[in-house]
Amino acid sequence: MSSLAIHLLWLLIHLVISIFFFVLKIANVLESYLISSGFLKKYESINVGKLRYLAVVVDSEDALQINKVIKLVQWLADIGVKHVCLYDNEGILKKSKDIILKNLSCVKLFEEGDEQSLRGKKTMSLEFASQSDGKEALAKAANLLLKKHLKLRSLGENQEEKIFTEAHMTEALRAVGSGGPEPDLLLVYGPVRCHLGFPAWRLRYTEIVHMGPLKSLKYGSLLKAIYKFTLG
Amino acid sequence: MRFFLRKTMETESSVTGGYRRRFTGFLRKCMFSVLSMGPVPNHIAFIMDGNRRYAKKRNLQLGEGHRAGFASLMWILGYCYELGVKYVTIYAFSIDNFKRRPNEVQVLMDLMLEKIDELLKEESLVRQYGIQLYFIGNLKLLSDNVREAVERAMEITAKNNKLVLLICVPYTSTDEILHAVEESCQDKLDHSQAVKQTNGSTDHCNQTSQEDHEHDIKVVDIEKRMYMAAAPDLDILIRSSGETRLSNFLLYQSDKCQLYSPAALWPELGLWHFVWAVLSYQRSYSYFEKKRKQL
Repeated sequence: MSSLAIHLLWLLIHLVISIFFFVLKIANVLESYLISSGFLKKYESINVGKLRYLAVVVDSEDALQINKVIKLVQWLADIGVKHVCLYDNEGILKKSKDIILKNLSCVKLFEEGDEQSLRGKKTMSLEFASQSDGKEALAKAANLLLKKHLKLRSLGENQEEKIFTEAHMTEALRAVGSGGPEPDLLLVYGPVRCHLGFPAWRLRYTEIVHMGPLKSLKYGSLLKAIYKFTLG
Repeated sequence: MRFFLRKTMETESSVTGGYRRRFTGFLRKCMFSVLSMGPVPNHIAFIMDGNRRYAKKRNLQLGEGHRAGFASLMWILGYCYELGVKYVTIYAFSIDNFKRRPNEVQVLMDLMLEKIDELLKEESLVRQYGIQLYFIGNLKLLSDNVREAVERAMEITAKNNKLVLLICVPYTSTDEILHAVEESCQDKLDHSQAVKQTNGSTDHCNQTSQEDHEHDIKVVDIEKRMYMAAAPDLDILIRSSGETRLSNFLLYQSDKCQLYSPAALWPELGLWHFVWAVLSYQRSYSYFEKKRKQL
C-alpha cells in the first residue's frame, strides 16, 4: 500500500515536471517569435565569423523530415555560417545528400581545403557524417596504422612510438575518408541532450547545445544559440 | 533548504546540529525512495569543473578551492551510494592540465596523495560504504610516488563491491582511444604470430584475402582495450559550472547518455542538482533504451 503511494508520488513529480517543460516550451516559442520578428535588437548583428565550424546532430527518426533539414541548412547559409557538418547516427542524411544539396542555394559539398578556398565567398560547405565516421572509422584507421607499423617492422625498425601518435591517428582518419575539422559548436535536434555518437575524435572542445526535437525547429532559437556561442 | 544541505566535512557538535542533520538525512532518504520508483542510473560521470573559480569567488587560496571540491565529491558519492548508483566516474585530472603552472600541478598532485591516504583510512567513506577505487588513464605520466599510491589504493580496495569509483587521472579521451588502438594492434600481431607458429610458415602463404579481413581490427577489439571497458555503459554525464564542452572526457562512451550542465560551480553542486539529473535521466530513459536495442 505504501509502495503504491510512493509510486503515485513519483508519477506526480514527473507530471509536474512535464507541465513545467510545457510552460517553458511556450515561453521559448514566444521568445523565438520575438527574435525572428526583430523586436530583440541584440540578435540583429551576430559576429558569425567566430563560428568557424558548426555541426548539427539530428536524431535519425527526425532526420526523415528532409524538408525541415533543408530549411535549417538554408537558414544557416543565410546567417553566414561557412562550414556545417550534418550528422545522424544511421546515415539517413548521408543517403539523402543529393536531394538536400539540390534544394539549397549557395551550398556545396565539403572538400578538403574548403576553409581557404571559400574565404570571402558566400558559399557554405556542407559535410555529411554518420556512425561509419565515428567508431567504425576508428577501426579502419587502426588497421591503417597497423599496416604502417608492420611495414616499418619488416624494415627492421622498432617505431611504435612514432606510429601511434594523435597526429598520425588524425591523418589515418583523413585517409579513410572520415577526417574533417573539429566543430566549435554542435546543435542537437532530438528529444534528448546527447551527441548521439558524433565522431569522438572531433568532439574534444565542442560546445554542445540541445535545441529540442526537429519538428519544433524555429529560426529565432537557432539565432539565439549562435548568438550565445559568439558571446562566449 | 540550501542552507541545510550546504556541504561541509566538519562535524557539528551542538545537539540541534545533530538533529538537523538527521532530519535532512531522513528527508533525503524519502526523496531517494520516491526516485527509485523509476529507473535508477547505473553509471554517472562527473566533470568537476569550477574549483578554481570558487576559490577566486571566495578569496581563498587555490588549494582551498580544490579541497572544497573534494568535500563536494564526498557528498555526491554519498548520494550516489544511497540511491543505488553502482559506478561513478570522475574527471580528476586531464593530460592537458600538465600544461598549467608547475606549482598548481604540484598542489593538485599533493592533494591527490593526501586524499588517497585519507580515503584508505578506516573511518572514511571508502571503507564504510565498500567503495572500490579504480584509477583510469595514462598512469605512466604520473610521478613515481603518486603512481605507487594509486596502485596501492587499487590493491587495497580491490575487494570492495558496493560502488566503484573510477578516477580519471591523467586522462583524455583521445589518449584512451589511441592507447586502445595501439593495444589492439599488438593483440593482432601477437595473434597472427601464434597462428603462424601453430600452422607453420607454408600455410601462411595460402591465407586468402577473406581470412586477412577476419584478422582486421574491429570496433569490439578497440572497445575491449579502452581503459573504461572496466565500467558498464554511461547513463548520465554531468559537467558543473555551466560549460557545455566535454573537454576530451568520455567522448567515445557518451554516445548514448544524458548530458547535463548545471550552472553551479563544482563545490556548490548539491542534492537538488543531483535529483534533477536523475529525474531528467528518467524522462529520457525509454528513448535511450530504444537506441540501445537498435544496436
